Amino acid sequence: MNPRTAKQLKKSGLNAAGVMVFLIAVFPVYWMVATAFKPNDEIFTTRFIPFPLAPTMDHVSRVLTKGVAGHSIWQYLLNSAIVALGTVLIGSVFALLAATAVARFRFRFRTSFLILLLIVQMVPAEALLIPLFLMVKRLGLYDRLLGLIIVNVGFTLPFAIWMLRTFVAAVPKELEEAAAIDGAGRFVTFWKVLFPLVAPGLVATSIFSFITAWNEFVFALTLINDQGTYTMPVALQFFTGQRSTDWGGIMAASTLMTIPVIAFFMLVQRRMVSGLVAGAVKG
Amino acid sequence: MAQTSTVARGGGHSAPARRRSHRPARRSSRLPSWVVPYVLLLPGLLVIAILLLYPLYQMVDMSFHKVGLRQIRPNPQPAEFLGLGNYTAVFESELFWTSLRNTVVFAAITVALTLVAGTLVGLLLHRLGKKMSTFVIVGIMAAWATPPTATAIIWKWLFDADAGVANWALNLLPDGLSSLLFGRSDWSGEPWLNDPSTIYLVLVVAVVWASFPFIAVSVLAGLKSIPSELYEAARVDGSAPLTTFRKITFPLLRPVFSVLLVLSVIWDFKVFTQLYVLAGGTTNRESFNLSLWAYTEAFSAPPKMGFGAAIAVVLTLIMLLITAVYVRQIVKTEDVR
Repeated sequence: MNPRTAKQLKKSGLNAAGVMVFLIAVFPVYWMVATAFKPNDEIFTTRFIPFPLAPTMDHVSRVLTKGVAGHSIWQYLLNSAIVALGTVLIGSVFALLAATAVARFRFRFRTSFLILLLIVQMVPAEALLIPLFLMVKRLGLYDRLLGLIIVNVGFTLPFAIWMLRTFVAAVPKELEEAAAIDGAGRFVTFWKVLFPLVAPGLVATSIFSFITAWNEFVFALTLINDQGTYTMPVALQFFTGQRSTDWGGIMAASTLMTIPVIAFFMLVQRRMVSGLVAGAVKG
Repeated sequence: MAQTSTVARGGGHSAPARRRSHRPARRSSRLPSWVVPYVLLLPGLLVIAILLLYPLYQMVDMSFHKVGLRQIRPNPQPAEFLGLGNYTAVFESELFWTSLRNTVVFAAITVALTLVAGTLVGLLLHRLGKKMSTFVIVGIMAAWATPPTATAIIWKWLFDADAGVANWALNLLPDGLSSLLFGRSDWSGEPWLNDPSTIYLVLVVAVVWASFPFIAVSVLAGLKSIPSELYEAARVDGSAPLTTFRKITFPLLRPVFSVLLVLSVIWDFKVFTQLYVLAGGTTNRESFNLSLWAYTEAFSAPPKMGFGAAIAVVLTLIMLLITAVYVRQIVKTEDVR
């Protein structure tokens, strides 16, 4: 075999491996969507039906009108959106301020603060669930989306600061110094110079927080008891009955929950990776 | 360094002394400059203190008390101090050993598989052409982005006893091969989600599927930062691919790997959502891990919150112990100084 064919062969081997990885990653998601559009006789069968033979909107329209646990899926999607947006709006302000502090200033306890950010991310949320449940109950926030928003802010903030500080640090200091020389005060410098340049990073961080809050399950399960206040991940559990599961419905609802997240994810994936392993990967 | 900066700032890497230097000449706000970072930090720090640190303290405190219905009602009664009573009860419980085993074995297998699969895919992505690599990255993003509840539900469906694709695919295997590998050839109606060991098998598959993309993309980012001259030199010296990986790639990516290892350990040790969904809630006690056990004790009737808190403390301590070494390393390599 001459070297050229060997190289060709190797290349097609690599490409084949790439296609394999793609299929393994995508198939389960595809299967969710495919099941959502299959009629029941194509769902409950031992045969393998690769795509809906008689595609139907039955499951989608059923979960949107009749819903589950007494409410339309719209209600749960709306609740999830409120929680996720609330978390982002409150959290990003705190995160931006703190990230500016650690990226732009040297001060006592700066290192301790950064280490604290790392350590608090290690504490299992399920562990803090018990005291937070009692706190939320005492504050009268049980069964209210606001309670969920507050808890989510707490859990997304350490990582948001950690991620955002690299974006702040990437903005050249000279720009702010120039603004200051031109007589701009601290607030003006922050608002007119730093903020616009950090905005893309802030968007990426916000989307990450949004996804985290949108997906969050344990707190939503524990802090909400009223069915009309459930978020999507909790509502999904109610498709599983004592005897049987409405697989068409649950797949339709899962699809509706997953699509916005995948769309958002594609938008920010590159920035997110750099934020996640910030510092360790010197790129 | 010339005093070019009049902006209030704590100084860069080179000039910590600037902190105490001239006040900004004009239009400075009234805050002294050393206060500024603390003011910026305060809101975030308060949030972390109130929502994470104080509950953490409370969790430890509760683990020494008997906290039940009477303590969580309005007008709570004071909790009875038990000393180490909750901890003794935890260690004496049979469920402790099964949950601990489930937690540790699951985390060990999943972390190993995720890291290996992720690294292999990362290396593959690095060698693929630009178009092909983008194509594969978009694909693995879909797996990564799927919400944990949906992930668990999808895999539950794939492993469904009657209509699941897994059983269908296993039935496709030639009977001889299937009996040789698994000691059986007929998989029709195999109920994967009844027995703890097979629940965990599905859980491993689901969690590895959802978490290898992150490892792959991170490894890829690291690989791109390694200068290609090193690889050329290795090739000139006739180094075998495995030797190149061991001698060049791995040492240079060591910081990346330690971050990824710690994150994976943290994520897999406290897996809750996917297990909750796959095991069908809190009824199947044999399939508890420590998170799910703590949750169940604290929130099913009658609530034993102090007992649950003690389990949570044990889980947190185990995680801290395992990750301590690596966290030190991350702190060293990270720009936190």
